[in-house]
Amino acid sequence: MSSPAIDIQKVATLSRLKLTPDEAVLYQSQLGKILDYMDVLVGYDLDSVEPTAHAVPAQPHLREDEPRPSVERSLMLANAPKSSHDQFQISKVIE
Amino acid sequence: MSLATETITTLRRRLDAGEITSADIIRDVAAAIDAQNPEIGAYLSWDTAAALAESTSSIPGPLSGIPVAIKDNINVTGQPCTCGSRILAENYRAPYDATSITQLRAAGAIPFGRLNMDEFAMGSSTENSALGITRNPRDLSRIPGGSSGGSAAAVASHTAIAALGSDTGGSIRQPAALCGVVGVKPTYGRVSRFGLVAFASSLDQIGTLTQTVEDSALLLNHLCGYDPRDSTSLDTPVPDFTALLGRDIKGLRIGLPKEYFISGIHPAVTAATDAAIKQLESLGAHIQEISLPHTEAGVSTYYVLAPAEASTNLARFDGVRYGHRTASPADLLDHYMSSRAEGFGPEVKRRILLGTYVLSSGYYDAYYLKAQRARTLISRDFDQAFQKVDLIISPTTPSPAHKLGELKNNPLQAYLEDIFTIPANLAGLPAMSVPAGFALEDGKKLPIGLQFIARPLDEATMLSAAHAFEQAAQIR
Repeated sequence: MSSPAIDIQKVATLSRLKLTPDEAVLYQSQLGKILDYMDVLVGYDLDSVEPTAHAVPAQPHLREDEPRPSVERSLMLANAPKSSHDQFQISKVIE
Repeated sequence: MSLATETITTLRRRLDAGEITSADIIRDVAAAIDAQNPEIGAYLSWDTAAALAESTSSIPGPLSGIPVAIKDNINVTGQPCTCGSRILAENYRAPYDATSITQLRAAGAIPFGRLNMDEFAMGSSTENSALGITRNPRDLSRIPGGSSGGSAAAVASHTAIAALGSDTGGSIRQPAALCGVVGVKPTYGRVSRFGLVAFASSLDQIGTLTQTVEDSALLLNHLCGYDPRDSTSLDTPVPDFTALLGRDIKGLRIGLPKEYFISGIHPAVTAATDAAIKQLESLGAHIQEISLPHTEAGVSTYYVLAPAEASTNLARFDGVRYGHRTASPADLLDHYMSSRAEGFGPEVKRRILLGTYVLSSGYYDAYYLKAQRARTLISRDFDQAFQKVDLIISPTTPSPAHKLGELKNNPLQAYLEDIFTIPANLAGLPAMSVPAGFALEDGKKLPIGLQFIARPLDEATMLSAAHAFEQAAQIR
């Protein structure tokens, strides 16, 4: 199961991370080594095993879908890098 | 003698007798921080005036007036919560209390001080903090462990009475072992994760770092419990964890996993573990060898699953709602990519990339699904072992604290140091580290930890055995 060549720029874009050329080289090589270590799993017969997402088979409990008070808007906006008219301000998305 | 050197238990007695006040404790802790933090770097920030103000209206309760230091990834209203990252260091202030904080406050405790950590809890040395390193109080040239390195170093240096940490792959137990304090990770779902900044949601658990087992039991009495705001919180009664302390452990069946006694373990760790086995036998426990055959799969399974979950959890850092925002982005995509590139450090980037890769189309089955299947095998190992024994013990770490910088350029080697602690997270089991001895290096006594792992929700048996060991072994 040795890892195939990783297209690090593609992964970086999917990750929304801008990498410098040096970082791209470094992470490409480090990720390859870490994934090669997954070879440890090759010896196990895994196809017949059910996957586990959560160790405790908890049934996630959901609350009723009813409106209720939340954290105050002013408190949430206080942490925003930019806000305007009581809203988060984002970068321009339309031409 | 500074009150900062005392335990919760002894302070409780003195507070109740009227000998001291909460403000006295806070002033002594603040003085200890002022004196030692420049050297050790356990704290990122602390607000003595706010804690003193809170001490005047502390709610009566078992923890009334006791200051508890908090890892910097647990939200406390109005305080910073940097997660050891530049991305949150600029101006973030928590708009609410984590449930663990609400519960501590309800028992009278006072959150005081923010503790250093590996960035977003990713690391085992606290060297991945973007805000400065923390040194091991036992030897300042060495790491305190991590990611809750600030929590362990603060308790070990008597600059905190007790601390909260979080444990995703060993982040409470490993620094507790390396600094010589008690560290407890409860069963997954025991303590609410609401208000803990998420790293890997199926593995993260809040726990305690204290000087004694009794102090951890006392804190856990109040930290554990159902929380409707955490969808994986367990709706299970919480026993009085202090009630079983002091009972004898005669007849307790303790398993030693043969797969944990691998080559490459530091001889002093082996010696301390052997001595601990003898000590537990002398207390009446029956020690037997057991097998956890898929132990070897733990590290690789963890380093697929945890980064996968981290890559999705950390997608929330978009430079819009909170956190760092790049100065002049070319467009929206550049806004995201540059804000995140400037805000996250190298280990966080490495894990986001790794996590994104193993979840990406074409690789999901080969890595992520395979790791989830391996996780099932690791859980089954424990299920089978716990049919034969009541508890499992092992070294907490393969070696005592490394020198600062020693593992910095070899992430895989650093990951392999987590081999004994990761399986309990994958299986969701309660586990803890207790001081078990020392390695002598360069004339310094470097602490060694003994790990106890218990059945799900059986913290009581684990704490009782650890307490019996602690009282008998008297490791100082």
